[in-house]
Amino acid sequence: MNLDFTPEENAFRDEVRAFIRDNYPKELMNMGTREDLSREQFLAWHKILGRKGWSAVAWPKKYGGTGWTSTQRYIWSEENARVDSIMPLPFGVSMVGPVIYTFGSEEQKAKHLPGILSGDVWWAQGYSEPGAGSDLASLKTTAVRDGDHYVINGQKTWTTLAQHADWGFFLCRTDPSAKSQEGISFILVDMKTPGIEVRPIKLIDGTHEVNETWLTDVRVPVENLVGKENEGWTYAKFLLAHERSGIAGVARSKRGIERLRDIASSETIDGTPLILNGDFSRKISQLEIDLTALEFTELRTLASEAAGKGPGPESSILKIKGTEIQQRLTELTLEAVGNYGAPYARGMDGHGINDFGVGPEYSNFAADTYFNMRKTSIYGGSNEIQRNIITKMILGL
Amino acid sequence: MDFNFTEEQTMIRDSLARLIKDQYDFDTRRKVVASKEGWRPKMWAQFAELGLLAAPFSEEDGGLGGGPIDAMVVMEEFGKGLVVEPFLQTVVVGGGFLKRATEGQKAEHLAPMIAGERVFAFAYAEPKGRYNLADLETTAKKDGAGWKISGHKAVVVGAPWASHLIVTARTAGGRRDTKGIGVFIVAKDARGVTTRDYPTVDGRRASEVHFDNVAVGADAVIGDAENGLPLIERVTDEAIAALCAEACGAMKVAQTMTVEYSRQRKQFGTPIGKFQVLQHKMVDMFMEAEQSVSMTYMATLKLDEDDVTRKKAASAAKVRIGQAGRFVGQNAIQIHGGMGMTDELAIGHYFKRLTIIDSEFGNVDHHLKRYTDLSAADMAVAAE
Repeated sequence: MNLDFTPEENAFRDEVRAFIRDNYPKELMNMGTREDLSREQFLAWHKILGRKGWSAVAWPKKYGGTGWTSTQRYIWSEENARVDSIMPLPFGVSMVGPVIYTFGSEEQKAKHLPGILSGDVWWAQGYSEPGAGSDLASLKTTAVRDGDHYVINGQKTWTTLAQHADWGFFLCRTDPSAKSQEGISFILVDMKTPGIEVRPIKLIDGTHEVNETWLTDVRVPVENLVGKENEGWTYAKFLLAHERSGIAGVARSKRGIERLRDIASSETIDGTPLILNGDFSRKISQLEIDLTALEFTELRTLASEAAGKGPGPESSILKIKGTEIQQRLTELTLEAVGNYGAPYARGMDGHGINDFGVGPEYSNFAADTYFNMRKTSIYGGSNEIQRNIITKMILGL
Repeated sequence: MDFNFTEEQTMIRDSLARLIKDQYDFDTRRKVVASKEGWRPKMWAQFAELGLLAAPFSEEDGGLGGGPIDAMVVMEEFGKGLVVEPFLQTVVVGGGFLKRATEGQKAEHLAPMIAGERVFAFAYAEPKGRYNLADLETTAKKDGAGWKISGHKAVVVGAPWASHLIVTARTAGGRRDTKGIGVFIVAKDARGVTTRDYPTVDGRRASEVHFDNVAVGADAVIGDAENGLPLIERVTDEAIAALCAEACGAMKVAQTMTVEYSRQRKQFGTPIGKFQVLQHKMVDMFMEAEQSVSMTYMATLKLDEDDVTRKKAASAAKVRIGQAGRFVGQNAIQIHGGMGMTDELAIGHYFKRLTIIDSEFGNVDHHLKRYTDLSAADMAVAAE
């Protein structure tokens, strides 16, 4: 047992640090947690990484991934957190990509993987429905076979950033007579197909991050079915486990604690820096200690993954603890800014939110970010669902 | 980065686990705890035979060439079996001081310790000192070439079983000064040492130890008699890492025992483990135990880093494990219901051990403050 990096790993860190320094767009630094970015801003770093061959760090080499070890991926996320970069969105690279190269046809791989890697094709996730949230398997959207096509009807919701999407992956019921988890299929849909309507949902932080997606008689070629008909639930579960493994966000939260310390050094309480206030500084300490526990739990998980075990139910721990910490971090940051948590930059009509000019700059989105991060314990399988997974898969109850 | 155990470490774990399973079952432990001696010197001899007492020491020091990871492996198994014998006091603390002592002291003390013939206890806490290692009223006054020690040491765990005591005492300066502290080895049968022995709530034995002008030679001093605190802190951090490992073992057993009980116990016509409110509580217990293991690895692997890193790591682990131990212990009792309150079931004894671990070598509040102070000092250095 040791925590040492090998000389090769240290050289790797130098290499990626230099690459980020020389190639990451300066104007996009420290924007990794902002939700109100343009399509171009979201994709800028992804496209640079695509050209370098570094956009899919968890994919095997044969599909265009980096083939990096878990330690290299850990170093990569640490180095990105240093500039709080806008990382490739998960929907293509982390979600549908691995499903396609694991379960998809050769034609699907050839058609879709290059666009996911390059960042030219934006993917949306069609999972949740108004009546199917945590109970995802109760979804009602149907895909009915009609000759060479499926005809899809139904409504999806919480489709994140679907306003930018070129393609979507949808869970649809193909066998209405089967039990809930059977009879579901995983279908790729061109978002320009007639019959798809994407309507914005405004969230409590004022951003337009998610949408309702209505599908009316949407005709999709049968070759867009991934894997076998009625086996979609297996692929959906596979995808969720992959989604969870990157969800801990340790490096980001470390950077967030540094930023919180900076803020608490600028803020004062009774004339002394907030950071020197025992009550507040101990809250930061507790958060940092809990983050250390998460970090070493993730490192242990990565080590066992490297030993050949795929992401298993342990990734549920990372999801629960990682999101709890992200939420506490934004909560403490909001506490730290005091009165200046209230002014609402996004609420100003006709003014750019970036020159709001009220309060210190670091206070401008503290409340919005806190509000927004409440989503983390709800999405990707709510934290209660994660506990159900651990109950069943690990405790065996 | 590597989280694998060596073959030797795996062997130690397996053979110790077997020994505990065969000779340290819960009923046997209960009899031992209730016996006049409160421990089994014969078990100690078996530990020596298995090489446990030699495992964490270098070969030059007569050990097997291991280190803190080996101690961690032993302590985790001790935690699983609620073993009372003083491995922590003798091997981790006593050995921790001695491996940094002079060759003469090693020959005098370390060799017989590894052979199982010399047992140590750590007399550092005082009635009014709480968790501050520097808050000492016990004094050591220069007396010719040697020293004379006077004072009262509190709750010296394992002292009734010990042949020798490691004693911290003020050699100069004021009561809470960080300078002017020395570490002394004192034979328990030295003239002027009196003890009042008693059981502890978690099944061990301890003593109030009084020193009345106890004369020791110059060779009783370990390290710098005027500046012993850095060494004391270092060894104490090593003890904290080992204690955390013990807590991990106890937590794992408490957690799995609770899951097992919830499978058997039926109410409202169904096993209580089917109730989601209890399931999620047990998942939280599982996560606390797992994260405690992570923190124990972290603290153990950072013991040889620079002082600030080591101290922060040990304090962070002690905070997390103190909180986890309380959570796991309390909920284990709750889910066992009335049966959890009985002396007959093992679970209550795990709960008691986990409760006391928090107060050993500084509780959650103490270490949260230590961590915070160290972070502030870190920031001040960075700002300069």
